[in-house]
Order: sequence, then C-alpha cells, then structure tokens
Amino acid sequence: MASVDAALISRVVERFGKDPQRLMDIVREVQGELGQFPQEAVDGIAKALGVHRVQVADMASFYSFIDRGEKARYTVRLSNCVVDKMQGMDEVTRAFEKALGIRCGQNTADGVFSLRQTSCTGMCDQPPAALINDLVVTGLKPADVPAIVEALKQERRKPGDAMLFPNAEVQLNLRQAGPVVLGPFENGSAIRKSLALTPEQVIDELNKSKLRGRGGAGFPTGMKWSFCRKAQGEHYIICNADEGEPGTFKDRLLLTEAADLLFEGMTVAGYALGAAEGLLYLRAEYAYLYPRLEQVLARRRRHGLLGESIAGREGFSFDIRIQLGAGAYVCGEESGLIESLEGKRGAPRDRPPYPVQRGYKQEPTSVNNVETLCCAARILEKGADWFVKHGTRDSTGTKLLSVSGDCRHPGVYEVEYGITVDKLLQLVGGEDAQAVQVGGPSGACLAPKDYGRKISFEDIPTGGSIIVFGPQRDLLKHVLDFTEFFAEESCGWCAPCRVGTTLLVHKLHKVLEGRGTASDLPELKQLGTTVKMMSRCGLGQSAANPVLTTLQNLPELYRKRLSDKEFIPHFDIAGAFSEQAAVTGRKFVDHEEAHA
Amino acid sequence: MSGETVKVIIDGREVEAKAGLTILQAAGEAGIYIPHLCYHKELSPGGHCRVCTVKVNGKPINACTMVVANGMVIENDTAELTDLRKSIIEMLFVEGNHICPGCEKSGNCELQALAYRFGMMSPRYPYLFPAKQVDGSHASAYIDRNRCILCGRCVRSSREIDHKYVFGFEDRGIHMRLAVDSRGTLSETDLAAADKAATYCPTGSLMTKRVGWKVPVGQRKYDKEPIGSEITRRGK
Repeated sequence: MASVDAALISRVVERFGKDPQRLMDIVREVQGELGQFPQEAVDGIAKALGVHRVQVADMASFYSFIDRGEKARYTVRLSNCVVDKMQGMDEVTRAFEKALGIRCGQNTADGVFSLRQTSCTGMCDQPPAALINDLVVTGLKPADVPAIVEALKQERRKPGDAMLFPNAEVQLNLRQAGPVVLGPFENGSAIRKSLALTPEQVIDELNKSKLRGRGGAGFPTGMKWSFCRKAQGEHYIICNADEGEPGTFKDRLLLTEAADLLFEGMTVAGYALGAAEGLLYLRAEYAYLYPRLEQVLARRRRHGLLGESIAGREGFSFDIRIQLGAGAYVCGEESGLIESLEGKRGAPRDRPPYPVQRGYKQEPTSVNNVETLCCAARILEKGADWFVKHGTRDSTGTKLLSVSGDCRHPGVYEVEYGITVDKLLQLVGGEDAQAVQVGGPSGACLAPKDYGRKISFEDIPTGGSIIVFGPQRDLLKHVLDFTEFFAEESCGWCAPCRVGTTLLVHKLHKVLEGRGTASDLPELKQLGTTVKMMSRCGLGQSAANPVLTTLQNLPELYRKRLSDKEFIPHFDIAGAFSEQAAVTGRKFVDHEEAHA
Repeated sequence: MSGETVKVIIDGREVEAKAGLTILQAAGEAGIYIPHLCYHKELSPGGHCRVCTVKVNGKPINACTMVVANGMVIENDTAELTDLRKSIIEMLFVEGNHICPGCEKSGNCELQALAYRFGMMSPRYPYLFPAKQVDGSHASAYIDRNRCILCGRCVRSSREIDHKYVFGFEDRGIHMRLAVDSRGTLSETDLAAADKAATYCPTGSLMTKRVGWKVPVGQRKYDKEPIGSEITRRGK
C-alpha cells in the first residue's frame, strides 16, 4: 500500500468533528473504506486530528477487529468459543482453509479474503458461527463452506447489503419469556410514570425494588444512580451492550426484541441522573444490529420519546448515541468501556475514583447492563412492589439466561431468581450434564454435587451465561480454551494478568500433554491465586476461575492425567529436539531415561 | 487537604497521615516501606506492576492509587503478600530476557533489587524466552525491550516532566510492547539528550548511552543496601 487517500482521511476526520475521542469511529470507518488499516492511515489520522502518532497506533493496535495486516475485502472471523468448538468449529475452520487455500491467520494473495479466529461472537445457541465483515453466519457445516466462499467471490460487494446465503440469519431462540423483562410493554409508559415523580423518587423506587446489576457484579442499581446523581458535573448514562462473556447472548435478544424497553430505561435513567446524553456501547460482533437500533432511535425521536421536551415535559431533553466497539472483551468492564468510548485502548482504570464520580470525560457516569436498564423501565412502569414479588428476598425479579452447549433446547430463558441448577437442566434438556459452567469462564464450573444450588446473588451469581457440558466432553480441554480466552483478551496493562494468564495456559498444556506431576497442581493453584488476588480489574481477578474452580470442584480431571514420575521439567527437551531428530534421523536420547 | 489528617493502621501500627495521600505515600512518610516498582514519586501512578498491593480491611488494594481514609486497617508486611509480590517479580523475570550479569543496570536495577529483597533465587515459573526488539538508533539513548517490564515510567515521564509524547504502548496482553512516537525508530522521535524520560526506567530497558559503566559494579546503589532502606531508615 503506497499511499492513503488524504482526502478520505480528512473527510472522515471532519465527519467526526475532528474529535480525538471519536478515534474509534474514525479508525473503523477508514478501515471500512480501505479494507485494512495501514501505517499510512495512522500517520494521516494523527496529523488530521492533531494528536501523536503513537496515540493512534496504541488505540488501533489494541482491538482485534482493526486489522493492520494486508488488505482484505472480506474478513472471515471464526468464533473460537468453547461452544463453537464443541459443535464442530475445527472442521469448519479446515473447510474454510481448504476453500480459500490459506491457513487461519492468513490472507489470500488477491486481497479478497482474510481468515481469522475471534473470541465468542454471541451465537452459542446456533454454533458454529462466524462473522464475514459485519454479517453473521450461524449453524455452519463444513459442507456449506464452498458455497459461501463462492457466493462471496461472485458478489463482490459488501456483505450486509442483502442476504447472501441461507446461514446469514440470526435465530432468536427465545425459549421462555417471563413476565418481568419480556412481558408486554407500552412505549412511553415508564417515561410518563417517571415524569410524574421527582428524579429522587425515581431512584427511591429502584431502591425499593432492590434491583441489582444484571451484568454479574450485582451492584444495587438505585445506589449507583444515587451516587451518580449526587456527584457534581455533567451526568452520563451508558448502556453496556458489550456482552462478551463466552456463552452469553441474552443482550442480543433484548437488543433485537426489546430495544424500545432498553431505550426507555436509558431515558428514565437520563431523567433520574439529570443526564442529557446517553451512550449505547455496542460490541462489534453485533454491528449487524446497528441499523435497526438507529431506526428505533429515530422512531422514538419522532414520537417525542427522545430529543427535546420528552413526553411533553418542558426542559427534559435527552438523546442517545450508539458507539460501536472493535473487538475487545475487556471493554465489558465499565472503566475499560469508558476508556474505549473516549477513543483509547480499553484498559480498565484503577478505582477509586469510580465512574459514578469520574467516568466518561471525567464526569459522573452510570454504566448499566442492557438487562438492568430493561428492568429499570419495567420497575418504573409497574412499580417496585410488583417487581419484588418475583425472585427471592435478596435477588428480586427475573434473570435472562443464555443457555448453550450439550442441551436439547439452547436459547434464552427468562427464569425467576432462585431456580436450582437441576431444575434449569430439566428445562433446557441437559439432564446428563457432567458439569455446568455458570457465569461463563469468569464464573464457576459446577459438578453434579452442586446442582441443588440456586441461581441468585446469594448463592451462584451469574451474568447469564450457562454452558452445559455433556458426559462425552473432555472438560480439561475446555478449561484450557477458557484460559486461552483470558490470555487473548488480557489488556496487558498489569503484570499479574498479562503474564499470569499466559503462564496458566502453559501449565495447563503441560498437564494435558501428560507431562504434569503431583507438584504441578499446587503450583497451578499458587499461580491462579496470584492472578486472582493481584490483578487490576475484574478480567484478571476472574481469569483463573476456570482453573481454580475445577481444581476445587473436579480435581480428578487433573489427577487422572498426572504422570507418576516425581518431577518432569516444564521445558520439553525431547520435543525441542524433535525437528533435528527428524532431519538427522538420529533419535534424541533423554539423559534421565537413559540412566534410569 | 489543608493540614487535615486521617488515622490508619498499617501492620498493627497506628499511623497519622495527611488526608489525600495514597497509602503508599502515607506509609513512606511514616517510614514504612511498601515494595513498589512502576510507581515513582515524581510521576502519577500507573497501576501496572501491582507489587504495592496491600490488604485493606482484608481486601487486596493497590497502594499507589488508593487514597488513605480514616480507620483503614492495612496489611503490608505479611508472609502472604510478600510471596504474592515475589510471584509478580518472578513473572516479570520470565516474561522478558533479563541477563543480570551482562546488564549495564545491574546494581541500580529496581527489578533486580526487589528480587534480592524478596530472596528470589530463580523464578518458579518457566521462562517464556520471547523475541524482543532492540533500538539503538538514537544518538544518546537506547531501548532494549528484552528488559522492558511495561511499567510505563518512560511513557508518563515524557508526558509529565518533558511535556512531550515520545513513548506509548501498542498491542495487548502478552504481546503488549513499548512503542515510540514514530513509524520507525527512537531516532525519528523528538527525544532529546536532555530529556528526563530516559532516566526513569527502573530496569536497563531505556538507557542513556555512554554512561552505563561509569560507576563500577559493586559500588552501585543496591550493591550497598537493599531497596527500600532509605524509607525504613526514616521509620527508626
């Protein structure tokens, strides 16, 4: 790539008001036009924005959907989530490699295709799934692949313009709608009820409902809004639609089916916090939902539910902007998300100060999960008394669960808090599960002895990911998959997570290859504990959970693979010499074995 | 922050600290050494290394960023925390290629000094042996990324002290690396010989050229006393 059209760069930079905080949009758009993000574009954007080159390079290099390699018209991203792998992604990958004549990670010489792996795309109910640019393809079979590749070669236009092949359709897979989140809703009802109250009374109603954050951490929402409202400054409400926890896809359903309810919740928050602007941070994997969400926003503006004087209330102005992400799980962490919104690498911040004190643009900001905001709208519509009738004493309301893996009916279930794992397994058709991963890799791996436990904040909290492992699965391999996921998604800012996650992967390989010894297990625990206790943010603090919870709940997974030797070094010298041995035709002799 | 003080307990000892100080600063003023690496008293905290992690009311907290509050019960010098901190130092050793005997910084290196202080004989983790870039292009400074621990001191000092923007980061996770503000090398940036940024590196990663061996090994800062001694002396 010799030069980048300077006019293109300046047009894009102008379009985003020459605002360095819109760097994500600028980079995304330039890449969309060029089919790559070359060095020249880094220079051009830095110059046009009046920022340092290293700032642009830092941001662009951080996100996996920004490709600084060679040009490709179509980037095929294969979801390497555990569930996709369980349902045949390896075979699909080989089929793509064969059809394109390249290996995963490479580009075709004609500049048409690049083939990549990507973290969970949020399609675990219809695996294996892939993204082709912004287009989602699901339920892939190796036999489908040649036709898909052929269709793309023929089309020579941007996917997303029209349906190219039958797989390009996301199934809704709503298996059970509950009364709280997915019950019938009349647009504007929650806003009108809220406007009859003072902002403080709106927050009181939330406090009475005992609503807690649905993203997994479970912080009381009313308290968050109250802290935010009381902090001085320009207030912001941010909706976290960056659900990246492997096995989670319930927000995909809400964004598709309940966008009005969500925007209503954000508007209620706008009123309660005294915010004029709301932002929806939408994960890049869900870019296909962007046009539809924009349509919903436009309709709400026409109906007086967004914009100036909302629902006829003089002086209440509020609007919502959608920000697309670019492929980074850590941006689901609220302060990482804010950094990303400001056009930077999505590295979480040290807290305090908390976002409610100093968040987006250093102003008081409430970051809430999609489902939480939907609940908030329902609470204002129907009252806290109605809401607390559902669920348990400390976990009020219902929870949307994304169920995937080895069960007959994968999909989204709205269940009452307090449901046991056993009951859930019956509901989804996964009675013979050898283990259930509740809360995704950052949650806990439960063995059958724990199936009587309840899904609730007081027992097993979850952001909503439930992955069922049937009896045929080699669970330790999936522990490795999960750990690799964290190593891939670690932002790198702090040492224990950056280095520790990679060391965990190495150690697991050693055990899986049968080279583990008894001393490796306490060492694995020590390493995991360091990562958990010393890391900076929630990602690092939970990155060792797959290892630590299986060591605790399913130790035989490890023990049965250990060698009875007293010690096997980590460095596999015979393996390191295998190539030389093959070339010279001389067998490598292990010193210890030879003298044993 | 107007002369107000708060009371905290560090390792059982009551400490009166100026309000607004971080735990690390407050401890330092009281002569209590909390080991740290990416923190430098003249720079804003970075929160990278996590070596200064303490327990506040039983919860792990980063001491260089957390401000003291009345009634905090802080654990610092415990066997558990010391081993966790040592673990991080060991991680940093295996993440890079640190060959102390051949390094110009030996004896003045804070990573090496902490390893000695914690009694590290060799890292408990396997070496990763990464391939790293060395940049000797600049007339008066060089970068050896084999020794870079991504503490960000050069990044912060360039911005905060030199009022430039010579350094930054690129990539993420284990692939994260120190980057410079040019398409190519350090020589293409506006780093000047007089810039302070080149003097804040705790290891031998960013070094000023031609001065490395001025003080012989054996007579250097941490050859004489362990790291943190200047702080603990204050406590006596």
